[in-house]
Amino acid sequence: MLRFLIAVIRRDILLAARRRGDWLTAQFFFVMVTSLFPLGIGPEPAMLRTIGPGVVWVAALLACLLSLGRLYADDHRDGSLEQLLLAPYSNALLALGKAIAHWIINGIPLLLIAPVLGIQFGLPADALVVLVLSLAIGTPVLSLLGGIGAALTLGLRGGGVLITLLILPLYVPVLIFGAGAVDGTLSGTGAEAHLSLLGAVLVMALLVAPWISALALRVSVE
Amino acid sequence: MSLYHYASPATFYPLAGRLVPWFAALAVVFAAVGLYLSFFVAPTDFQQGEGYRIIFIHVPAAWMSMFIYIVMAFWSAIGLAWNTRLSFVMARALAPTGAMFTFLALWTGALWGKPMWGAWWVWDARLTSELILLFLYVGYMALQAAIDDPRRADRAGALLNLVGVINVPIIYFSVKWWNTLHQGASVSLTRAPSMAQVMLWGMLVMALAAWMYTIAVALARARTLILERERQTEWARAVLKEQA
Repeated sequence: MLRFLIAVIRRDILLAARRRGDWLTAQFFFVMVTSLFPLGIGPEPAMLRTIGPGVVWVAALLACLLSLGRLYADDHRDGSLEQLLLAPYSNALLALGKAIAHWIINGIPLLLIAPVLGIQFGLPADALVVLVLSLAIGTPVLSLLGGIGAALTLGLRGGGVLITLLILPLYVPVLIFGAGAVDGTLSGTGAEAHLSLLGAVLVMALLVAPWISALALRVSVE
Repeated sequence: MSLYHYASPATFYPLAGRLVPWFAALAVVFAAVGLYLSFFVAPTDFQQGEGYRIIFIHVPAAWMSMFIYIVMAFWSAIGLAWNTRLSFVMARALAPTGAMFTFLALWTGALWGKPMWGAWWVWDARLTSELILLFLYVGYMALQAAIDDPRRADRAGALLNLVGVINVPIIYFSVKWWNTLHQGASVSLTRAPSMAQVMLWGMLVMALAAWMYTIAVALARARTLILERERQTEWARAVLKEQA
């Protein structure tokens, strides 16, 4: 079982490594979107510091959505998804592996870039640590929930826009707790409460999302 | 004859046809009584003046918006568990009405907020979660509209609906905490605790009217959906020929 999971993850990482252009697009999108905000709002440091956490988090949501469209689409197109679904393991395991791979490919780079973007917004060091921490707990939820959306919209026309409509409302709690943790550090009320809630959301998503993704894949492929 | 008898589209279709006028008539009666109570019987609020009367629309609409989403999730769960076509039809038939009530609740809330708070919109927890509920309805309907195959549309929509219903309380509480953190309890939607009895009655009768309207409209919409889906069957053709 574990071997199947690891095989799914490895396969996706390998595929991403072979097509680096696709992979880099989402990361640059993240950097560009966050850099646009100061241009639109103005360079006052105090203002940027207040909006910084929210901007970085919103950009992370959007960057995640951008790459989610391809989560199952490529495998669906070349038929390998059906083969994977036929494997003698629970489909939830496949969905979980896909989500983990998506997080490793798209989530971890966000964690590494986020502090640099945080510095652009003038966040102090302790807030940067919390920002990375909140992203580390929050982005797996984005990948897990996004997997449901990707499975539901598999092969539909306008799937890319549709997935944003379906999934963004579900991302609201993650956004609130994630950006709230950084805000809490900035305002001195502490980040623990938000981080704990984010952790709770992650546990819940881990328990529920792979099963629903698996059901959705069945519906979409049959 | 059991209740299951009506779980088949062929028997449900005529039953729904017989029920629709009744519920529609009840909706009109309740709405007439409720509007009379709310405009002529209910006293003017000493704090809010006449403007408060919008709650007779606003509160029932807000109740229905949440309730319909839960009912949809109920039908979705039944449909997924027992593979009953009619349940999916019901869920789908309810969605536009739910979205309409959500929009109505937001709209009337804005109209109420302008004179009371001096702002069309505040990022209050209830307003924000109602807005996100509207997004959930829109997502559901967009997904249904994007899928041509009704079987897949039914199931995909049902799954999304179930995920949404798990999320609704999480969203509500996250928004609530976010709200208290950001702006304190500057604006509270809670009205005076002692509401005049007649106001409460007006609101309840209006809520009943909203209920009856929802049932009537959902049944009528379900009938159209059934006919559309069953158009190759013998009975549906007979019905269509009759109508032509």
